[in-house]
Amino acid sequence: MATSGDPRKTDESIRLGHGSGGALMHELIETVIVDALANPVLEAMEDAAELPTVGGHRLEGGRLAVTTDSYVVQPLFFPGGDIGTLAVSGTVNDLAMKGARPVCLTLGLVAEEGLALDALRRVLASIATTARDAGVAVVAGDTKVVERGGIGGLVLNTAGIGVIPDGVRSSCDRVQDGDAVIVSGTLGDHETAILVAREGLKLEQEIASDCAPLGGLVAAALEACPETHLLRDPTRGGLATVLCEVADGAGVGITIDEASLPVRPEVRSVCEILGFDPVYMANEGKAVLFVPGDAADDVLEALRAHPLGREAALVGRVGGRPGVAVRTVVGGLRPLVMLEAAQLPRIC
Amino acid sequence: MCLAIPGKIVEIDGVTARVDFGGVTREADLSVMPDVEIGDYVLVHAGFAIQKLDASEAGETLRIFDELARTLESEDDG
Amino acid sequence: MTAGPLDPEAFRSERAARAIVERIRGLATAPAALMEVCGTHTVAISRFGLRSLLPERLRLLSGPGCPVCVTPVGEIDRAIAIARLPDTIVATFGDMMRVPGSESSLERERARGADVRIVYSPLDALEIAAEEPGREIVFLGVGFETTSPTVAATIARADREGLRNVSVLPFFKRIPPALRKLAAVPDRSLDGFICPGHVSVVLGSDAYRSIARDDGLPCVVTGFEPLDILWGIFLLLRQANDVRAGGRAKVEIQYRRAVTREGNPAALAMLDDVFEICDAEWRGIGEIPESGYAIAEPYRNLDAGPRFDVELPPPADDGPCICGEIMLGEKLPDDCPSFGTACTPRSPLGPCMVSSEGSCAAFYRYERGRRDRR
Repeated sequence: MATSGDPRKTDESIRLGHGSGGALMHELIETVIVDALANPVLEAMEDAAELPTVGGHRLEGGRLAVTTDSYVVQPLFFPGGDIGTLAVSGTVNDLAMKGARPVCLTLGLVAEEGLALDALRRVLASIATTARDAGVAVVAGDTKVVERGGIGGLVLNTAGIGVIPDGVRSSCDRVQDGDAVIVSGTLGDHETAILVAREGLKLEQEIASDCAPLGGLVAAALEACPETHLLRDPTRGGLATVLCEVADGAGVGITIDEASLPVRPEVRSVCEILGFDPVYMANEGKAVLFVPGDAADDVLEALRAHPLGREAALVGRVGGRPGVAVRTVVGGLRPLVMLEAAQLPRIC
Repeated sequence: MCLAIPGKIVEIDGVTARVDFGGVTREADLSVMPDVEIGDYVLVHAGFAIQKLDASEAGETLRIFDELARTLESEDDG
Repeated sequence: MTAGPLDPEAFRSERAARAIVERIRGLATAPAALMEVCGTHTVAISRFGLRSLLPERLRLLSGPGCPVCVTPVGEIDRAIAIARLPDTIVATFGDMMRVPGSESSLERERARGADVRIVYSPLDALEIAAEEPGREIVFLGVGFETTSPTVAATIARADREGLRNVSVLPFFKRIPPALRKLAAVPDRSLDGFICPGHVSVVLGSDAYRSIARDDGLPCVVTGFEPLDILWGIFLLLRQANDVRAGGRAKVEIQYRRAVTREGNPAALAMLDDVFEICDAEWRGIGEIPESGYAIAEPYRNLDAGPRFDVELPPPADDGPCICGEIMLGEKLPDDCPSFGTACTPRSPLGPCMVSSEGSCAAFYRYERGRRDRR
């Protein structure tokens, strides 16, 4: 009966679930992609690759960080940003999550025949503005055009290069018992904004994506606590996925206090209407920080002093049995697991 | 089978109402809940208002909970 | 935010929860089993971690409260067959997308090119029908009594507006006959029903009187915030103790801000006008008399069943899946030998694991490992 089953068994083709950020995607990456390309840097599966040496050469005062991401968001333009804003922020943030100062980006463009030139101009303007805000330059690029049909107008890829200063190491294996888990702001904003824009939920209000480059915010946090153990950005699959990945990767237990999770009222309302849980919804302008317990106050203060971190909150602690648990608003305890695929709106 | 969300009616236009869900406003159909007024709180399911919420009953339920919480406090102190 | 009917925070006070749990512990002197029959209750109980607060001798069972879980395989197959027809759009609530049919699911069909669209309201199907005059739109009418009036109203409107290219597959199920069937399970160890809050908004609490009176089972109509559920459990235990001491089972309303004894007359009238009661099959359980709704005259032309002549595959049986026993309260999900091993949300053996409000999926997501934790 298992018709919705294991990709290895019955799926000869990719399904949308494979891109959702949940367990299905993880399995595709591990069993099909990483399996074919195996090398220790890739297998670390961090947000950006850290290269201590490049062709045998060591950089002065730091290590090279490299990352890449493709952007297929629909619609191309949404409240709070567009595919261009995302393409810069997303890649800059992957670098920032490794503690890297972003230096430059490459930009690959695949445009669909029929895309309005004006739309392309708008996207490029966004790229320029966001890159300027992030302090990076787009130094190399490529442009291709494909025939009409199926890529939603435009697909972008950006690769980013940055430098991780000596003394900073953001890595899953540093997460340990006693660490404080901090989020830099409200959860689920981006995905909620996209859902409302794309699914025609017919809300009167616009819900804006939180899409933003976090280089400055992360720098502020690292200044307050250079020993920060790990930074991750909760994109596809949301905070829950980050926590599950970290608990699994570091072999630790994490307990989250549900009452402390910051969520905007309108995001909360939309999630209630659709039957979604904000803890699984993507953000594009937030960071999750794992810091030594006694540094939590300093880091919170530094984040809240920054315009992108005003609602930063301490949401949990590392410790206890391996796995992720939630202390619910009424004091109950339950596990937090990774979703299989994207949440579906429900009425039940 | 029960995901219904409370909201406040802010406008009525024939069989359609605009409902404020605390942060977002959306239309709801009144075909199965016609006797409502602006200011009423309703439960909305699948785009339809299905019942009016009784504010005084809600208050009464909360009063019970508040009292219970208070007995806990007095036990803690005692 | 001021406490009022709009503020969920007021119904989530941790102190009040602790106080109610203390009273529950005081009452739960003997083992007891309470069953809910609503997917939203299933999810809320697990999501708020309520079982971790309650004494182990109090078992919270999850009955057939997930309408997609109880939709028979043949009906899923019919929806899939219709989705495969040219120039046809299937509009459905998201809940149905991943439920397995005999060979496929709606999600898979969409991946293969069928036009299957998730909607939030049955009215969206009418909108699609207006936008796509050359195509047939079929809405999957899945749900219990919270939802069936909304689809009835939609059918009535489609009829009034003379829409020719829209129809509904009536998969609706009725809760009270299922409760009677559950109450009649031999050697049942049920001590009461957590009655579904929003179904009862429509039906009214009097719908459960025969279960209390004739089957002797306490019924408390309960809301969905954690304090609602905890208080509902308290009221049920109080009744259960009373019944054990020779008292009579009653129907009580915990969810007083939304539920009355009579329910919603306009919704009931709509059901009466557009539908007629029929026997229905519940997946995993079998036929329950008078537990379904069929589309009545003069709306029968909007019934998608007769409109589309499709060939169905031989219905697959559910193999090792014991969803039926779980939904009847005879077993808990982690009593199933396949739970968490052969049957997971990634490779589900049955609908209770696929649907996000199915008993097994909710258990997997929120309760797995509880035996180790205790």
